[in-house]
Amino acid sequence: MSVALEAKELLLVEAVNDCLHVEMERDPNVLVLGEDVGRAGGVFRATAGLLDRFGPDRCVDTPLAEAGILGTAIGLCMAGWRPVVEMQYDAFSYPALDQLINHVGRYRWRTRGGMDFPLVIRMPYGGGVRAPELHDDSPETFYVHPAGVKVAIPSTPADAKGLLAAAIRDPDPVVIFEPKVMYRSARQPVPEGEHVTPLGQARLARTGTDLTLVAYGAMVPLAERAAEEISASVEVLDLRSLKPLDEDALLASVAKTGRVVLIQEAARTCGYMAEVAAILAEKALLDLQAPVLRVTGYDVPYPYWQLEDAYMPSVARVLDAARQALEF
Amino acid sequence: MTDVAHPELVQAIGNGADVADRELERVDDALLLDLYRALVLLRTFDERAVIYHRQGRIGTYALYWGHEAIQAGAALALGREDWIFPSYRESAIGLLRGMPAATILQWWRGHPSGWWNPAEYNLGSICVPIATQVPHAAGLAWGKRLRGESSGALVFFGDGATSEGAFHEGANFAAVMKAPLVLLCNNNQWAISTPISAQTRAARLADKAVGYGMPGVTVDGGDVLAVYEAVREGIERARAGEGPTFVEAVTYRAAPHATADDPTAYIDPDRVEAERARECVGRFEGYLRRAGVLDDETAETVKAEALELMRTGIGLAEAEPAADVGEIFAHAYADPPPSLERDLSELRRILAQ
Repeated sequence: MSVALEAKELLLVEAVNDCLHVEMERDPNVLVLGEDVGRAGGVFRATAGLLDRFGPDRCVDTPLAEAGILGTAIGLCMAGWRPVVEMQYDAFSYPALDQLINHVGRYRWRTRGGMDFPLVIRMPYGGGVRAPELHDDSPETFYVHPAGVKVAIPSTPADAKGLLAAAIRDPDPVVIFEPKVMYRSARQPVPEGEHVTPLGQARLARTGTDLTLVAYGAMVPLAERAAEEISASVEVLDLRSLKPLDEDALLASVAKTGRVVLIQEAARTCGYMAEVAAILAEKALLDLQAPVLRVTGYDVPYPYWQLEDAYMPSVARVLDAARQALEF
Repeated sequence: MTDVAHPELVQAIGNGADVADRELERVDDALLLDLYRALVLLRTFDERAVIYHRQGRIGTYALYWGHEAIQAGAALALGREDWIFPSYRESAIGLLRGMPAATILQWWRGHPSGWWNPAEYNLGSICVPIATQVPHAAGLAWGKRLRGESSGALVFFGDGATSEGAFHEGANFAAVMKAPLVLLCNNNQWAISTPISAQTRAARLADKAVGYGMPGVTVDGGDVLAVYEAVREGIERARAGEGPTFVEAVTYRAAPHATADDPTAYIDPDRVEAERARECVGRFEGYLRRAGVLDDETAETVKAEALELMRTGIGLAEAEPAADVGEIFAHAYADPPPSLERDLSELRRILAQ
């Protein structure tokens, strides 16, 4: 869907910023609101330059009130705007869950399709950045579960731009989780100008025939590193879009390899990969040659950062699970 | 009037004895009769709805008996272009914007046809979770201002809602963004069984407005003219770009919270009886008769028309075909994930067996 011919090397956070500039230029109904998004350009600088370019009516520093930000975004939609909300950090978004569950995901249904709520929530998520408590959460499950809300998580700068553009153009509410540990980890080519990565399409990050590692966000480069060390042909599937999920790509990969390890940073119980495992149990039983295994965070609070490396899924833990799957 | 001190309670309707009626500027006889019709319509809906519930024709119903003056006074002070965001206590306020009674009855019957398109009436959906509609109203009003439109909004909520974070965040946003919004607090002094004394230590709920940097006014919520006047002032101020206003309308919930509630467990029956004796429709009728605006014939006609509207409404509601199960999946997404289509066809297959 890209109309760009040129690509430039960008960090993931720069790709987000580039997308916001392009989409706000393209559609005068798009506005950005959140804490510190204007004067500061966002605590990660994802919204840098927007205030100067589009003015204080379209790049709004809000009061420090997450439920108020998301609640007013609903009203802004009703007034014809397409708000892009920044939640400053993963765990700080929880006060807004009331608005998300009771209203963002339900208001269109409540109007029997009479009104659309084309709002976007984007937020940095995940650990590994040596941060104080509650700057490390992976809350995607809380956002996937309510009806009426779509969720995507990029793992490359190009997808960070493309998925956000798709979200901004989507008629439904979309939540984009940006892996903050990858914000400045590497420069990669990003198409210039308008660039859209459709929701609902997974990406094969690496092809193989013996084992599928399924991941999203910051777990994708981890899976790729692990794949390098496994003495078998390993496929890495980057889900990109958690809702809607690209079931076809998932089932096709598992049909080919018959062995699968699911990797998520969030805690295990009822995490997103539990849903993926259930889908495989329902639809891929005869393709499977080994139990579906998960490598996840543990069912405890995200730890003190001196211990976070042990908590996070690691190459060693993925290799351990991969060995079990391959030797079963 | 109430068991909390309200020396500054604004009123317009006297008592026909020692307290004189007050004439309002820019309120003519036609408007007075419109207000009366609105009051009677709302009252008739509420009383018939309770009967329909007892007859098993609608589900659980949240009464608003005694709150009609707040709703009618506010709705008629607004322009048709101004948005209204109701809580469940104002479920029937759409009647005042031309919504069929059948639509509202269907909401309480749990039928999809009871859900409307807000853009059709400039009326938000009935909001069930307390105070969560306040930020929606603030956002809409702010969004209208950003677009350079002259319309504003009004949001209804109760006294209990002022304890919620959503009220605070919405009010603060409205003030910071200079949103053209009227925050109308229906202080009926009860949140189900919790009295206002257990809800707040504030002497007046309108005092909370100070904390947001907006004006706050306390009016007699049983006095439709006082509410009308305060809301008109608030919305005119909003349209002039001066930001939001907090209006506290004090009344007393002299009826159950909802049909499922038995207030005898917690409320003083003598107080309820006293409040019911001075309910808002009768008070306004007295005002109109003293002013020579209403006679028996007109009153009878207005009441008969309202009853007829309800008869038609319940008839239409009950004649509506049963909802198709496709409605379950139809509207959650503009662009639904393919799984919903699969779920619906599976459900249809099983239901057809």
